[in-house]
Amino acid sequence: MKSLGSIRRSFAPWSDPASKPFISFRNVTKKFGDFVAVDNLSLDIFPREFFALLGASGCGKSTLLRMLAGFEQPTSGEIILDGQSLAGTPPYRRPVNMMFQSYALFPHMTVENNIAFGLKQDGMPKTEIAERVDQMLKLVKLDKFAKRKPHQLSGGQRQRVALARSLAKRPKVLLLDEPLGALDKKLREETQFELMDLQQELGLTFVVVTHDQEEAMTMADRIAVMAHGKVIQVATPPEIYEAPNSRFVADFIGDVNIFDGTVSAAGGGYVELTTDGGLSIRVASPETPSVGAKAGFAVRPEKIRVGNARPACAPLNAAEGVIWDIGYLGDMTVFHVKLKDGRVVKASSLNAVRAVEDPLGYDQEVWIWFDENAGVVLRD
Amino acid sequence: MTKFGSAVFNRLVIIIPYAWLMFFFLIPFFIVFRISLSQTAVAMPPYLPVFDLADGLSGIFSGIREFSIDNYLWLTQDALYINAYGASLWIAGVSTLCTLLIAYPIAYGMAQAPSNLRATLLMLVILPFWTSFLIRVYAWIAILKPEGLLNQFLLGIGVIDQPLIILNTNWAIYIGIVYSYLPFMVLPIYSALEKMDHSLNEAAQDLGCTPISAFWQVTFRLSLPGVIAGCMLVFIPAVGEFVIPDLLGGSETLMIGKTLWNEFNANRDWPVSAAVATILLLILVVPIMFFQQAQAKADGEGR
Ligand SMILES: Nc1ncnc2c1ncn2[C@@H]1O[C@H](COP(=O)(O)OP(=O)(O)OP(=O)(O)O)[C@@H](O)[C@H]1O
Ligand SMILES: [Mg+2]
Repeated sequence: MKSLGSIRRSFAPWSDPASKPFISFRNVTKKFGDFVAVDNLSLDIFPREFFALLGASGCGKSTLLRMLAGFEQPTSGEIILDGQSLAGTPPYRRPVNMMFQSYALFPHMTVENNIAFGLKQDGMPKTEIAERVDQMLKLVKLDKFAKRKPHQLSGGQRQRVALARSLAKRPKVLLLDEPLGALDKKLREETQFELMDLQQELGLTFVVVTHDQEEAMTMADRIAVMAHGKVIQVATPPEIYEAPNSRFVADFIGDVNIFDGTVSAAGGGYVELTTDGGLSIRVASPETPSVGAKAGFAVRPEKIRVGNARPACAPLNAAEGVIWDIGYLGDMTVFHVKLKDGRVVKASSLNAVRAVEDPLGYDQEVWIWFDENAGVVLRD
Repeated sequence: MTKFGSAVFNRLVIIIPYAWLMFFFLIPFFIVFRISLSQTAVAMPPYLPVFDLADGLSGIFSGIREFSIDNYLWLTQDALYINAYGASLWIAGVSTLCTLLIAYPIAYGMAQAPSNLRATLLMLVILPFWTSFLIRVYAWIAILKPEGLLNQFLLGIGVIDQPLIILNTNWAIYIGIVYSYLPFMVLPIYSALEKMDHSLNEAAQDLGCTPISAFWQVTFRLSLPGVIAGCMLVFIPAVGEFVIPDLLGGSETLMIGKTLWNEFNANRDWPVSAAVATILLLILVVPIMFFQQAQAKADGEGR
């Protein structure tokens, strides 16, 4: 597999004011009766972007995709594709294909015919169809199953047929609703990278819905975190992870420790907080909240260090506690440290050397500490 | 239940449908078939030979030797029977097609209706069954006769100035059959459409089908089992229909049900009427068996 690193690193049209978005949601609202499924949402997706929609079940991800595919009409607002409003364009005229969450494979057709279906609608010559179908079957490793009917396949195989069928037409935009949910871990990881390769190779724009944050982080150029029909944050995976803009995003993505407190000083690139539990925290942050304001401090477990000795920075960004729980995961160990005020903090450390005998054990008194740039200030 | 008990129970469950077929189809059929090979006689029962257990095996053998296929040959010699079969198949075919054309949109509409409405609609479809079939057919006489409701209405709004003659023509038979058998077509189609995943149709449209072509290639195609079941439920009884052509039809059309009735009651010719019934059964069963075999083969494809 070739490395995508160099292409990826330089791909950032969203930070280039000259580049035009390919798909724009403009103040899109979708109501089902009184229920607001998508709430005044605006979002830009750029050409050739691999865009992920991440959010809890029922937050409106599928609805957003279905509006883009043309199966639901926005109650208000506008969706623009390639400079043109999609209002009034029926699904079969949109250069968009969708892989359905329920797969929606045609039960009366063989795998082959399912994949060829869209191509036949376009009146593609027979030999070309056969070629394309072959290529798709190889891609999803189902060449042996070409003549089977969907009910004769396993869940994961069906999912791959659905993927192949939606890809066969090489749409400008491919919408994937939970594309890899039914695959086992190994196949899922393989397919993730294959999807990324394919997207690069064909120059397509992918919008993928997922529950799985790791999947989103792996594949996407940018991630939109959604909740209750709204986009909470749109950013690249590292930004989402390292600089969540809100308590919700910090909590939703990965593990996090959030300390609530009051701002005691701010400015000069630093914010100082006193947590409700009495810790003093100094964070490198460009924000300037007013002194006395309520704020949170979020720090990821892997950025918290645990040790026997009192750290040099103490009492700043450090606290004493006892080890409450140890989770050994092989590649790393997760410690739950109970602080003096009763709060339990999660800290994880990489097992870089083979742990023959871990010096940290249950109920041991330890220090935890972290750097000034280890976490972020949350102002909401 | 004990293991033994449940095994017996499983056997019994399988036996029930076979026993049913045995007692209410196969045995009666063989009786009819056996009569069709006999000769008519002025006797009770009105045919010969009659087996008497007192004669023992030799009596049975000598009886069997008297069997003949004369009645079947007779059916081919008189054009009356062939015409009656032809007319029955034609009328049943046309009626089935008309029923399908009317029932499909109804079933489709029901399946698309909001789910809280569906139970009510279903109820409405089967509501006519709550009135006697005969009464409903008689009601059609009142509607279709020259001075009936339909003609009064059409004359009243000035569409026609002469009453239409519908009653006692084939038109009345078509109307009667379509009306009477509509629910049998609607229900299987509805049940096929209702359990269909709507996203299949969306997927077809997503892949470039217009709504109409998506309907044919996906929705209609997948509802075919329901359509076929409905057509059989209408066509088969319609071929042998007796009451509707008798009450609504004219004298110029003789359907096979009426012929059978005539042979049996008016002529008291049991053997010929038994032959008529046997042929009717063959005409209906043989194509269905072929069809089901083809169906099973198609299902097995790619397995
Ligand atoms: N046709 C509909 N009628 C009424 N409510 C609907 C309809 N479609 C979706 N909803 C509601 O809108 C909300 C968003 O649904 P949507 O399918 O977009 O969720 P999702 O984010 O895709 O969830 P999941 O991850 O479980 O697939 C849900 O609360 C759902 O109940
Ligand atoms: Mg969904």
